[in-house]
Amino acid sequence: MTEPLLRLSGLTKAYPGVVANDDVSFDIQAGEVHALLGENGAGKSTLVKMIYGLVAPDRGFMQMHGEAFSPKEPREARTAGVAMVFQHFSLFEALSVAENVALGMETPPPMRQLSERIRDVSNSYGLPLDPSRTVGDLSAGERQRVEIIRCLLQDPRLLIMDEPTSVLTPQEVEILFETLRKLTSEGVAILYISHKLEEIRRLCDQATILRHGRKVGTCVPSETSARDMAEMMVGNSFATPARADHRAGDVILELRNLSVPATSTFGISLKDINLSLRVGEILGIGGVAGNGQDELLAALSGEVRSARDAILLQDKPIGKTDPTARRAMGLLAAPEERLGHAAAPDMSLTENALLTGLTRQNLHWHGVLKWSAARNFAESIIVKFDVRTPSANVAARALSGGNLQKFVIGREIMQRPSVFVVNQPTWGVDAAAAAAIRQALLDLASNGAAVLCISQDLDELLEISDRFAALNEGRLSDIKPASALTVEEIGLMMGGAHGMEVAHDPA
Amino acid sequence: MDLSSINPTLLLASLIVASTPILLAALGELVVERAGVLNLGVEGMMITGAICGFAIAVNTGSPFVGFIAAALGGAALALLFAILTQLALANQVASGLALTLFGLGLSALLGQGYQGIKPPPTANIKIPVLSDLPVLGPVLFSHDLMVYLALALVATVWFVLNRTRAGLILRAVGENHGAAHALGYKVIRIRILAILFGGACAGLGGAYLSLVRVPQWTEGMTAGSGWIALALVVFASWKAGRVLLGAWLFGGISVLQLNLQAAGVAIPVEYLSMSPYLITILVLVIMSADKSRAPASLGRTFHASD
Repeated sequence: MTEPLLRLSGLTKAYPGVVANDDVSFDIQAGEVHALLGENGAGKSTLVKMIYGLVAPDRGFMQMHGEAFSPKEPREARTAGVAMVFQHFSLFEALSVAENVALGMETPPPMRQLSERIRDVSNSYGLPLDPSRTVGDLSAGERQRVEIIRCLLQDPRLLIMDEPTSVLTPQEVEILFETLRKLTSEGVAILYISHKLEEIRRLCDQATILRHGRKVGTCVPSETSARDMAEMMVGNSFATPARADHRAGDVILELRNLSVPATSTFGISLKDINLSLRVGEILGIGGVAGNGQDELLAALSGEVRSARDAILLQDKPIGKTDPTARRAMGLLAAPEERLGHAAAPDMSLTENALLTGLTRQNLHWHGVLKWSAARNFAESIIVKFDVRTPSANVAARALSGGNLQKFVIGREIMQRPSVFVVNQPTWGVDAAAAAAIRQALLDLASNGAAVLCISQDLDELLEISDRFAALNEGRLSDIKPASALTVEEIGLMMGGAHGMEVAHDPA
Repeated sequence: MDLSSINPTLLLASLIVASTPILLAALGELVVERAGVLNLGVEGMMITGAICGFAIAVNTGSPFVGFIAAALGGAALALLFAILTQLALANQVASGLALTLFGLGLSALLGQGYQGIKPPPTANIKIPVLSDLPVLGPVLFSHDLMVYLALALVATVWFVLNRTRAGLILRAVGENHGAAHALGYKVIRIRILAILFGGACAGLGGAYLSLVRVPQWTEGMTAGSGWIALALVVFASWKAGRVLLGAWLFGGISVLQLNLQAAGVAIPVEYLSMSPYLITILVLVIMSADKSRAPASLGRTFHASD
């Protein structure tokens, strides 16, 4: 075997209370796509931060092309040919595409030349972009192109990608993979972090699996099943959600020409949405992030009011009804953002349980809170939904993403909703917790509630939903039975490839 | 009532003088806010600059040295704010308000014994030919160095923010400090430098009040100019050119209403006195109705571990 592009030897990094990485060693070869797998908190991001120079290891060393490599800051890593596409937080919405690219470069050329180079590179890799547009106006997929082009302009030897496909339609994922394959054929190595195991099986040559900060195994993804990889990540086997046979009943929730104007600068307006939701079914709503998902949830939960007759719950118009009254009528909702929307970060779990359970669980007496009843309610959620927490007095912020998600979903389900609307139920949640949450949604539906599940995870929607529709720029596609759909059809329902094209060689 | 007693040329000339203090302070605060820091201590830094500049100018006999001392005084007070908010991660709003109160108290203490003294005069610069032009000469070309410095600063701030890499990095830090950190920029260091610059500008603005505009030292003599400068930055949508416009508008109406009072216009004095505040804010509110918005990280505390 030839000398690896990057060798990691015994990397260890401890934070107060946790060891984020413990003696991690592996090699990345030039021209390969190397997957880094692990649950949330397994230490993937700390490892990547060490390679990118954001964090210094406590012990261990790295070698690039056989020479010592210990970047003290991202600048050094970039000079050495390491580039990174971040999952979040790395673009500046108020600045233009060219300015964003310039900020990620060591010695950017003057703006006019830079714009030229952005056009050239974006065309040869099939990622068209207008350098003068403001990033805040771009779609999620286009923003990712900005990040990728920012990296490509530095002629990287190692490209780190953190969850790159979570914001893309299936067609856009295909195009991204074409771009990545073109890069590897030019000798660039790619370190690829993702939760989507099927994608890793298709794209990656090698995989390293981390658990609790340690390397627990390697595999060749194309020769390993997704289930085996998931079990290596989790460390034991877990049940696949099982669907009980049931039949959809009467219509319980109906939307008639629901239109809601955008509430924020970069928001989306909902346009003429029609659907009917039946007792006992799960309606899955897919779509790329930022196409009206948050707005639809807000309109249904009552955070945003609409025309009175646009929303009918058991034939009663509730378009102008406030969230508390909707809760009392049996329409409960769980928004996407756990911290700050579904839960108040600095309040305890008991207080968070009170916030939505106040009326339905009868947790007050003429406005005076019943603390012991609230604590019992919170504790029953913790037991029933296996929330790992020392007690119900812990602040919501202190829970891991998966545990808090189990808590906020469980909190609503325990209140026996007749209609439950949920957005991204398993976003950023590890495989075992995700399976538990999906099972809870299936059980809820088979016990006679109607569930409307908004998600960007297509595998999840196909697994649990009876019928499927997609949101695209605030419009809802036709609703189709989920069992008969192919991924291609779903991609078209989501709006196709948003003007991307397959990578081609410059003529 | 005798409106003919108002001389338009003199009015325009004094407009430029009257607007200079808030222009300087607002430009400094503009840079601070573009870096994502909300420093509500402008009033405190201005008045500290006013007394530092006044005392040093009186003792050395040189207004030039006085202005340098004022900038240093303002920056010193800003350093306190920088340490509190950037290193100790204190709340910016509370720290800024405390800075204003502290500055007012400190300046009263430092200013004891300086009341009723006249500072050394700041010379107006005579520009050959240009200063002798009718109307334009007295309005534009017969002021002191600080007026030209303030105008040059407007152009410089605009140019640096929009046309240079340093300015791009500063705006990036104010827009999304997490992303700027992830790209390897020193968020805290850049912000501290911006805060010091803002303090120096506020100090200069204060000294212009005590050394040129009034010119003498009285306790609390800034009388809310710092707050006007703060409001100006917001209503000017964080744009240097609009800050200049707002400052001129405010200075112009302040001078005009004094002239109207002197001319005995039949409008109650109280209404005339409030008119600069009302009209400036009204005009800028109407202008800020476009889509420009505040730097996204404005006022948020940055901690590298986030």
